[in-house]
Amino acid sequence: MTEATETGTATRAEVCAAACADAFRGDGEIVAAAVAGLVPMLGSRLARMTFEPGLLTTDGGPSLTAEAVPLGAPADVVEGWLPFRDHLWLVLNGRRHVWMGASQMDRYGNANISCIGDWAKPKSQLLGVRGAPGNTRLNTTSYWIPKHSARVFTERVDFASGVGHDRGAFELRVVVTNLAVLDFATPDHRMRLRSVHPGVAVDDVVAATGFELEIPAEVPETRAPTAEELRIMREVLDPKGLREREVPA
Amino acid sequence: MSALGKVTPGKVTPGKVTTVEAIVGSLESGMTLGIGGWGSRRKPMALVRAICASPLTDLTVVSYGGPDVGLLCAAGKVRRLVAPFVTLDSVPLEPHFRAARQTGAIELTEYDEGMFMFGLYAAAHRLPFLPTPAGLGSDVLKVNPDLRTVRSPYAGGEELIAVPALTMDVSLVHMNRADARGNGQYLGPDPYMDDLFAKAAPRTYLSCERLVDTADLLKEGPVQSLLISRAHVTGVVETPNGAHFTDCEPDHRRDEAFQKLYVKAAGDPEGWAAFRDRFLSGDEAAYQDAVRAWREESR
Repeated sequence: MTEATETGTATRAEVCAAACADAFRGDGEIVAAAVAGLVPMLGSRLARMTFEPGLLTTDGGPSLTAEAVPLGAPADVVEGWLPFRDHLWLVLNGRRHVWMGASQMDRYGNANISCIGDWAKPKSQLLGVRGAPGNTRLNTTSYWIPKHSARVFTERVDFASGVGHDRGAFELRVVVTNLAVLDFATPDHRMRLRSVHPGVAVDDVVAATGFELEIPAEVPETRAPTAEELRIMREVLDPKGLREREVPA
Repeated sequence: MSALGKVTPGKVTPGKVTTVEAIVGSLESGMTLGIGGWGSRRKPMALVRAICASPLTDLTVVSYGGPDVGLLCAAGKVRRLVAPFVTLDSVPLEPHFRAARQTGAIELTEYDEGMFMFGLYAAAHRLPFLPTPAGLGSDVLKVNPDLRTVRSPYAGGEELIAVPALTMDVSLVHMNRADARGNGQYLGPDPYMDDLFAKAAPRTYLSCERLVDTADLLKEGPVQSLLISRAHVTGVVETPNGAHFTDCEPDHRRDEAFQKLYVKAAGDPEGWAAFRDRFLSGDEAAYQDAVRAWREESR
């Protein structure tokens, strides 16, 4: 089987999940806190079952499972316990790579999950800052944005819940969206287009981004999942196809 | 009730068992109230419902917020909320909290989750503050202008946020089991911060799914599940299904269908009035009856 045929068969959600998995390369024995959604959760478990066997993954609750478990499945064998208080201590300890979502994000990766409009009397109240300030200041953080749009990627965020690179972020590793993979590998840590998913044009990403992205001369295509990765996602980790619900067609 | 809180040194306070009405009757308008649980998980909802039905007003609520905050906002009981979030977990956004914020009905002290925990640890251990880097750089500092930073007196001298103790007048927590002395036991997978709330407040009221004999506490869970000591508890009340509709593993899971009903009702004033009339117009027993009837009906 060639890589080309594999590219043809992978869905967008599967490309995204593999991109999320790739973000864990080199992390070793740290906790993958994939709270942002099913796709990064799937990605963390896929990474553990392939190239990052040292990762610690959860059942979606406080149990650290002895092996990566399928999405939505209860823990079978448990190897550890991580209730909310220990997550919050682990933020300070640092052995943690967290995935968050964002309603707004600017070019330095400042992210808003708190409210839209003036904080004093918001037009739209969202979750509140949650753990975003501590996560971004102290842990490697990546973002999962299932719907890439100029409403999300804005010149300015109404509230900096998660801090960007211009406000002392520890490490914003990647931003995976339904269209592309973005990172901050520029001299002043502004957001850069790292790769576009198969079937997506660079112009599509530019049009759906509300600020000027750093665009390299050559933008590669996001890699396709391997045949083995597809098998693991489809037959082992997500046989119900929950990943497909999170990525608009 | 009058004897509660007046612990005679050297003696076990006998009979801390009380009622929802007596607990709520002991509260006063303007108090700062800590509420245990996390999001839509193990919230002392029977007590919250009774507060909503009481004449209490002007409360400051300290909570990892869920429908406790939503219901109290909807009933107009909240002057200020101290929280890192308000969520229903399986439904991300809490409708009544959103409405209260968007109309400017409540004031908000918004902290990072870890800052909030440090505020609880400080209050629980009678420290004026605890230092943490969590929150630095974020707009949490901008909207909380009273927050101060400190510098480490040791090598490095790094700047840290001095999170002030989250002091409170009363805390309310819900446990799976408790005894008549006020010892509280959790049997689910996460203690949340309930022991810290109990230690932070000079008065803590504990509701539980089931009151058991002290001798039976360890029949259902290990000694580590004894989360809350009677030393920190003023009154205890049995409220079966009292965390409804929030999660209270292993006694009952979140009632997702009912939570959806709650969210839908909150979407418009008429819907909410009907929900309130049907479920929240009587006491706790009436609430549980109405929920049972609704469940039968929706089969």
